[in-house]
Amino acid sequence: MRQLIPFSIFIILIIFFAIGLTKDPRLIPSPLVGEPLPVRQLDELRTAETTLLTSNLIGSSFILNVWASWCAACLEEHHLLMELATQDAIPIVGLNYKDTRQDALKWLYKNGDPYLQTWFDPTGEFGMELGVYGVPETFFVDRTGTIRHKHIGPLDRINIAKAIDILNAEQNSSL
Amino acid sequence: MIPEIGHYALVLALSVAALQAAVPMIGARMGADNLMMLAKPLARAQFLLIATSFITLIISFVLTDLTVSYVVANSNSTLPLFYRISAVWGAHEGSLLLWVLILSAWTFALTLFDKPLPLKLNADIIGILGIISFGFLLFTLFTSNPFDRVIPPPQSGRDLNPLLQDFGLIVHPPMLYMGYVGFAVPFAFAVAGLLNNQINSAWAKWVRPWTLIAWAFLGLGIALGSWWAYYELGWGGWWFWDPVENASFMPWLLGTALIHSIVVTQKKAIFKHWTVLLAIVTFGLSLVGTFLVRSGVLTSVHAFATDPARGVFILMFLAIVIGGALLVFTFYKPDAAQEPHGSVLSRESFLLTNSVLLSVATATVLLGTLYPLMIDALGLGKISVGAPYFNTVFIPLMAPLLILIGLGQRAFWTNDSFRRLSDAAKYPLLATMILALGTWGMIDDTSPIMALFGLVLALWVIFSTLAGQIRHYRSSKKLITPYLGQSISHIGFAITVIGITLVSSYGLEKHLRMSEGETTTFGGYKFRFAGASAISGPNYNGTEAIFLVHSENKFEARLAPQKRNYHSGGQTMTEAGISPGLTRDIYIALGEKINDTDWSVRLNIKPFVRLIWLGAILMAFGAITALGFGNATKTSHQSQKSNQTNTTTKISE
Repeated sequence: MRQLIPFSIFIILIIFFAIGLTKDPRLIPSPLVGEPLPVRQLDELRTAETTLLTSNLIGSSFILNVWASWCAACLEEHHLLMELATQDAIPIVGLNYKDTRQDALKWLYKNGDPYLQTWFDPTGEFGMELGVYGVPETFFVDRTGTIRHKHIGPLDRINIAKAIDILNAEQNSSL
Repeated sequence: MIPEIGHYALVLALSVAALQAAVPMIGARMGADNLMMLAKPLARAQFLLIATSFITLIISFVLTDLTVSYVVANSNSTLPLFYRISAVWGAHEGSLLLWVLILSAWTFALTLFDKPLPLKLNADIIGILGIISFGFLLFTLFTSNPFDRVIPPPQSGRDLNPLLQDFGLIVHPPMLYMGYVGFAVPFAFAVAGLLNNQINSAWAKWVRPWTLIAWAFLGLGIALGSWWAYYELGWGGWWFWDPVENASFMPWLLGTALIHSIVVTQKKAIFKHWTVLLAIVTFGLSLVGTFLVRSGVLTSVHAFATDPARGVFILMFLAIVIGGALLVFTFYKPDAAQEPHGSVLSRESFLLTNSVLLSVATATVLLGTLYPLMIDALGLGKISVGAPYFNTVFIPLMAPLLILIGLGQRAFWTNDSFRRLSDAAKYPLLATMILALGTWGMIDDTSPIMALFGLVLALWVIFSTLAGQIRHYRSSKKLITPYLGQSISHIGFAITVIGITLVSSYGLEKHLRMSEGETTTFGGYKFRFAGASAISGPNYNGTEAIFLVHSENKFEARLAPQKRNYHSGGQTMTEAGISPGLTRDIYIALGEKINDTDWSVRLNIKPFVRLIWLGAILMAFGAITALGFGNATKTSHQSQKSNQTNTTTKISE
């Protein structure tokens, strides 16, 4: 039965692959996860004269969604954010990244605006500090202003739920 | 409308694939010739349908049809035409379509040269290829349809990943897939041969050219990928042991073992188990590679955007196709009458050792690639395995391989003696020692011992191959293409080894800060930083710096490394400035801007780095030479005749 050996090894390999599929290698703890959100002063996208400190939301947890009008994948996740906004479950803050004010506002007007605040980052400087790697990217920030989780790429229902669970778990443990 | 034609053609191709998978094989079981004869028209129809589908996708990209979501995600009207076409295979959906296109092209090619094959065997081969094609078409249509629409269309496309906007990407994936997918042919031959209990010399003779072509393409594809990484990623490295690189390297390594094993099966009708197993596993590794790249189980710079449904599908497909083939293999009993093995010292023993070494090398690469996944699956944490592991385990396996290449190709079949073999080896060995010590002394007296070691091994292979080639030519009075091809490939391999040895032992690197107008001396060259200025391309802005490089007495090169910011965002891209040369590359990468006049800069001197790719080209060229196009007609007649007698005896049995 020596000839059975290749088949047996193959089955073991398949089992490992199957387990591997249930894990997400992108869940690599990003260097900023567990670190406080950098505090900077940014313009509000919608009202040109307002500036906001990125620390203004400390006290409540929120989702920081990095988006741009030129980004097609942002459109893909947009309906989920709209849905989440109507549920009032958790505030959503937008970081408009490397964009022009005009294009960004047009985009929000056309596709709906789920954001409580929209921070305007035309040069991408703040995004750089956050280690934004590609748009869309979403950070989950807890009530102490600490980044708890980061998601690269468009969101879906499952990973939103997962990330909110992470936020809640952290909060319960710190209470 | 055009995308719908493509979509429709793809659905039709799926139904044709289903027929191709079922009808000829059922015919073969029933002994119904008319059903088996359908293999050819079905395979050809499938190729035409998939080609139609592929062409419509190209048209959608050329016209930047923003109602097609795949176009939106990967192209843009500002993208130059070349890149709009290559963007077709720049991401998951389109490259999968390229995958099935190439598979159907291989099947089509098979129908052009099916004359010598017995009808039943041929029906099974085409049927198995039909099963593979069916699986991948199903996968494309249900999880990765490139023809999906977006209504209403967005104002502009998202652009092709800037890393992929390059000549290397236009040609690298098609070449690589030609190899990857090409190994489906030996796989189909192996399974069909097992099903018909027809693994014999004739079988080996039929499968050999297909394997050689697939292997040549895969080698070229890997070399192109390495070259692309060298100039495009801006790190100056040519191989990173990245999981995706490994995914293409493993089938190549095992394919190398397969090529050698097939020769033994053809000549001596032995190693049948081994050859068949290699054929199955080589294609298995191609599929594993596809799984690793497209399922998101491993992170890599090359990995495609992922979706768990895709991973599950490929895994199931892998389990069915390769698991099924290995089960068939498990129950295979070869004809009892095997030719006895020759003595310990014979060509076939060397070839067996070579096969084992290459298989072990493949296994070490597989282990290193999958180790992070296994540790994660066992819940032991997240780790990554890097170049140190691979260099430590892989290089020691290559050293005995090089020694054996030199000896093995001089050994006689069946029976050889130690005395005769050492007699054949002595002049090449002498020449190697003289030349290696000479060059080693000449370069630098503090040369690392590893450099000497690598040079000796590579030169040994070259001299031994040349001596064998000369001797072979003298005795046969003509150039026999399989022998000549073998010699070219072996010399190519040695040249690659020389390149790797020299660039890793004598390569120089320096990071420094330079201000405009400053001159620095490094590695025997004077580098003058003439200045930096803003540039703008069709879809990016950036900075270009100018460097003038002089050697002691003459002007060497004007290099213009760039940093580019693509409008679509993402990382800043580094375009290295390279002055290529056979004996050395001068390589400059621009780092960060420090202030108005100062930049951080990386200078590299890469001696003989081109030999790495030159050797790879020679290896592929050797494989094509070995096919024997335009070979003396007499020999091919003879072999055909012996072939016919072979089949007639089979029938009379």
